[in-house]
Amino acid sequence: MSNNGVREPVTAAIVGPGNIGTDLLIKLQRSSVIDVRYVVGVVESDGLQRARKLGVEASAEGVDWLLKQDQLPQLVFEATSAKAHIANAPRYQEAGIQAVDLTPAHLGPMVSPPVNGAAHLDSPNVSMITCGGQATIPMVYAVSRITPVPYAEIVASVASKGAGPGTRANIDEFTETTARAVEEVGGAQRGKAIIILNPVEPPMIMRDTVFCAIGPEADKDAITASVHEMVAEVQEYVPGYTLRAEPQFDDPQDGWDGNGRVGIFLEVKGNADYLPSYAGNLDIMTAAAARVGELMATTKAGIDKETVA
Amino acid sequence: MSRPALTRDVRIIDTTLRDGSHAMAHQFTETQVRDTVRALDQAGVEVIEVSHGDGVGGSSFNYGFSRTDEMKLIAAAREEARNAKIAVLLVPGIGTNEDLKRAHDAGAEMVRVATHCTEADVSPQHFGMARDLGMETVGFLMMAHRTDPENLAKQARIMVDAGCQAPYVTDSAGALLMHEARARFEALIAEVGDEAWVGYHGHQNVSMGVANSVIAYEVGVRYIDGSLCALGAGSGNSPTEVLAAVFDRLGVNTGLNVSAMLDAAEDVVRPYLPRWPKMDRNAIVQGWAGVYSSFLLHAERAAERYKVPAHEILKRCGELGYVGGQEDMIIDVAIQLAAERERG
Repeated sequence: MSNNGVREPVTAAIVGPGNIGTDLLIKLQRSSVIDVRYVVGVVESDGLQRARKLGVEASAEGVDWLLKQDQLPQLVFEATSAKAHIANAPRYQEAGIQAVDLTPAHLGPMVSPPVNGAAHLDSPNVSMITCGGQATIPMVYAVSRITPVPYAEIVASVASKGAGPGTRANIDEFTETTARAVEEVGGAQRGKAIIILNPVEPPMIMRDTVFCAIGPEADKDAITASVHEMVAEVQEYVPGYTLRAEPQFDDPQDGWDGNGRVGIFLEVKGNADYLPSYAGNLDIMTAAAARVGELMATTKAGIDKETVA
Repeated sequence: MSRPALTRDVRIIDTTLRDGSHAMAHQFTETQVRDTVRALDQAGVEVIEVSHGDGVGGSSFNYGFSRTDEMKLIAAAREEARNAKIAVLLVPGIGTNEDLKRAHDAGAEMVRVATHCTEADVSPQHFGMARDLGMETVGFLMMAHRTDPENLAKQARIMVDAGCQAPYVTDSAGALLMHEARARFEALIAEVGDEAWVGYHGHQNVSMGVANSVIAYEVGVRYIDGSLCALGAGSGNSPTEVLAAVFDRLGVNTGLNVSAMLDAAEDVVRPYLPRWPKMDRNAIVQGWAGVYSSFLLHAERAAERYKVPAHEILKRCGELGYVGGQEDMIIDVAIQLAAERERG
């Protein structure tokens, strides 16, 4: 892969040329370690035209076309549907292509970049969970790395215009998958997720609230510091990720099993690369996927270099 | 899926044990549920709704934890009811089909799937499950004042096509004045024809619940909700015992025994009321500014915690267009108001 000591970027394809795919393409074109060679859809579309305008080879002949190319990509980002990804994933794996899955299919380990981004870099397939998961799981983890969290609950409020037909038709997948990730990735013993769609005009910027049950004696200063530190880490790839207020601590109340509570109130403003800025829910997905892709690419380049050296 | 045959002129659905759960801060005991179901059943109520105020799966930090597992309450209600059907609420995004299956196992025979009035396309998954389970179906178009009659009718169409037998004009904020309610009833009835019944769920925040129920019946609405002693969010729902008396005076057959309904309200529900739902400043602001009625107790708690007036929190929630389920935003608004006060 390397000649005269300069690393060549890792090659990639984006499958699914919709709004998410286009936004992801714009983000990845800024990367020095990833070179998006192909964008693939199943019908001729505006998204494919957008890709061509950005100088990327684009085809409406689907994954069949992609896998026929002389130079296969090393990475594929899938932004289609869970159903399509379930069909495509084994073909990528057979062809030795690593997959970053932005659909709710969840075939591979669930990844939140600042929490476990480095843990699954050689997995053939990683899942980007859900938008609400990407926005909130770093905060659950920021609390659970300081003190045990017997229960965590997240509430994601999304502008109606930022929730596509796929999300709407399968809203249970959102709540169930996010809740599972709050446990498995966030580190809560039990998780719950709630999503609310709000049609107000002008569209509301994505908002997320994280409630964690914590012991009455938990170290509040340490939790607050951990939350701020984690917000800064997320801001590295989503600059519009901010706290609306300092974490709010409440003493134990009836029905809380003797626990107190910390409430973390977030706003997620998108980077407006292609998607509108209110759709922070979509932006944090593409930004997290790009981030994981870059980590994978860096690892790949390192390994390949060693192999050929 | 066709609409069920009516056995009476209008089908009164009592939601004391569901919408009332908001006013009870979700603290219903099994004994209260058993006693209430027994009284309602004996008074001739056809359908009794039982679940967390925010529907199955609603027990949470955001909405309040249930004192008693709602599945246990549903099962107890099923045991007590000889004739009445037991219904549950399901709000997609909060509850899931897994919750619905558990409620069905516990004895629920009807589900009321509730979405914001412009977001009906999150409901087909749940109507599909309800049909598979053989349950009766109702669709709540919540905060119905927030969209116009024509669009509300289009949303009702989405629900009916997904298997809903009765889309509702759900006035969650108790904000609809009589002409506004009538226009929405007529639009929905024109849209669904004889494929489905149309329903009305009222709140008393500006005192319109019973009046709107009469208009509803006159224009052809055939499912109407009430709660004993108005027990419900905000200043409560149209009182079922008042609906019974008013429809009796109108000569409309509800199947309800008026005296038995009055006894149920006075002897069974009144003794456990934490407070009689009333049109105080906070509740009127909800109807006036169009704020989701369930926000009331949450706003009162946030007001105490952050030392800002509850009615100001509620008014701000209305201005910002928050919808049902966004109870977390009440804390956010209270924090912002407190900060504004500090800055002067």
